[in-house]
Amino acid sequence: MTDLATYNFAYLDEQTKRMIRRAILKAIAIPGYQVPFASREMPMPYGWGTGGVQVTASIIGPEDVLKVIDQGADDTTNAVSIRAFFQKVANVAVTTHTKDATIIQTRHRIPEQKLTEGQVLVYQVPIPEPLRFLEPRETETRKMHALEEYGLMHVKLYEDIAHNGRISKTYAYPVKVAGRYVMDPSPTPKFDNPKMHMSEALQLFGAGREKRIYAVPPYTEVVSLDFEDYPFEIQKFEQPCALCGAQGVYLDEVVLDDKGGRMFVCSDTDHCEDRREHGHAGELLAQNKEAAE
Amino acid sequence: MTDTPLLKVSGVSKFYGSRIGCKDVSFELWPGEVLAIVGESGSGKTTLLNCLSTRLMPTTGSVEYRMRDGNFRDLYHMSEAERRFLMRTDWGFVHQNPADGLRMTVSAGANVGERLMAVGDRHYGNIRATANDWLTRVEIGTDRIDDQPRAFSGGMRQRLQIARNLVTSPRLVFMDEPTGGLDVSVQARLLDLVRGLVNDLGLSAIVVTHDLAVARLLSHRMMVMKDGHVIEHGLTDRVLDDPREPYTQLLVSSILQV
Ligand SMILES: [Zn+2]
Repeated sequence: MTDLATYNFAYLDEQTKRMIRRAILKAIAIPGYQVPFASREMPMPYGWGTGGVQVTASIIGPEDVLKVIDQGADDTTNAVSIRAFFQKVANVAVTTHTKDATIIQTRHRIPEQKLTEGQVLVYQVPIPEPLRFLEPRETETRKMHALEEYGLMHVKLYEDIAHNGRISKTYAYPVKVAGRYVMDPSPTPKFDNPKMHMSEALQLFGAGREKRIYAVPPYTEVVSLDFEDYPFEIQKFEQPCALCGAQGVYLDEVVLDDKGGRMFVCSDTDHCEDRREHGHAGELLAQNKEAAE
Repeated sequence: MTDTPLLKVSGVSKFYGSRIGCKDVSFELWPGEVLAIVGESGSGKTTLLNCLSTRLMPTTGSVEYRMRDGNFRDLYHMSEAERRFLMRTDWGFVHQNPADGLRMTVSAGANVGERLMAVGDRHYGNIRATANDWLTRVEIGTDRIDDQPRAFSGGMRQRLQIARNLVTSPRLVFMDEPTGGLDVSVQARLLDLVRGLVNDLGLSAIVVTHDLAVARLLSHRMMVMKDGHVIEHGLTDRVLDDPREPYTQLLVSSILQV
């Protein structure tokens, strides 16, 4: 604690922040393009969101309100520790409410509530290169981006259909940004891909271990790759959220007991709580209420 | 054949320091013509092939290619993007080792379909139908379309590599010892297949080989190389039946059944 107190505002020194901001500006100027940056050691291991943390640290100001989510939840270990980190090193206000946040750092989800102008969504990215699966050579993937040679992305989707009868890829589903660069939204479910399209919020992506930053500026076209006869589709859920009754949201399966009991609930915990506070009740909640009465 | 060549090669030389890769090679290749470049290892034939196909930049010389619009372009003055586009649409390159020309970890269908997807084909059903058609043409059972080439024999891999190259109807195909690593019986079948495809499609091809039988069977014309120089150049039958250079005579006589 006392150690951290001697650090600059938001942990990084001003020179490092300037370097990262330049990378961010370049990323915004070339939507979907991966900008290399000199990733710094952070007081947390790689794989814990060091890329996202550096981006947030470089853009956050004393007036900002920060929300951090992991798997859609504000209360997981990773989200709690990153939030605590910024409270400590930047003394900023934090929130779990999507609409109150100016910066939202995320690992897996885009909040259900529509983001608005002025908000910034910062993604923690483990593997930024969408072409890596079929072409491990970095020199070659760079050339493919530069020359817009993206046939390989469809080879990958072709294989998926050939072996599974449909495009079975559900996470990190590749998109084309502003009609030019193919980008990996990283571990978000494809359910969230449509939310990236023409988003009012600025979207920034930071990959710490891989030393890359990329961006989708507000109101930018983001199109999920597909085939004419196998169009892109998002996951559909059979039932609404068991707690708040929401439909058309992303649900997580929760195991209730060891007898095979399970339920489906909102992955976005803030959205779910907000709905319940406003009187919405799902099947499970209604049953519990009845039992109590 | 039309009265305009497809490829015009003038004074191509490649030096590695003071060592000669190939020296002052000039020729023209005509539409529908198959040219064999023959020589022993170290003769410069592979260096020349790599220069012609722009995989290697020559030290001096020029290679002009007649594009589909009828205009000649100097290959060495094209942008990398244009060259790469040419290579995956209007050209083919068949490597001696199929693993160098195939994606070993994706299915046969995707190997054939990749070029189609690279030029913007976005209909899965059509891509698959075309892949099936090409597998049939190179005598690979369509029940193997979802198998990876890792599971294929050497001959099948080589036929798959050929299908992968021909799917975009290229006009010019480069082949580097296409039957090199194969058993003799497999070689014969592959040569028959290649000869049939070249005829049917009216392809132009440049085939590098050390094997005079391959040159005899596939090519209309041949060039004999030694120490980086083209020492004899003529119609294949003429060169093989009536070689003029002592070195060519030696090559021919060392093979009993040409
Ligand atoms: Zn809910």
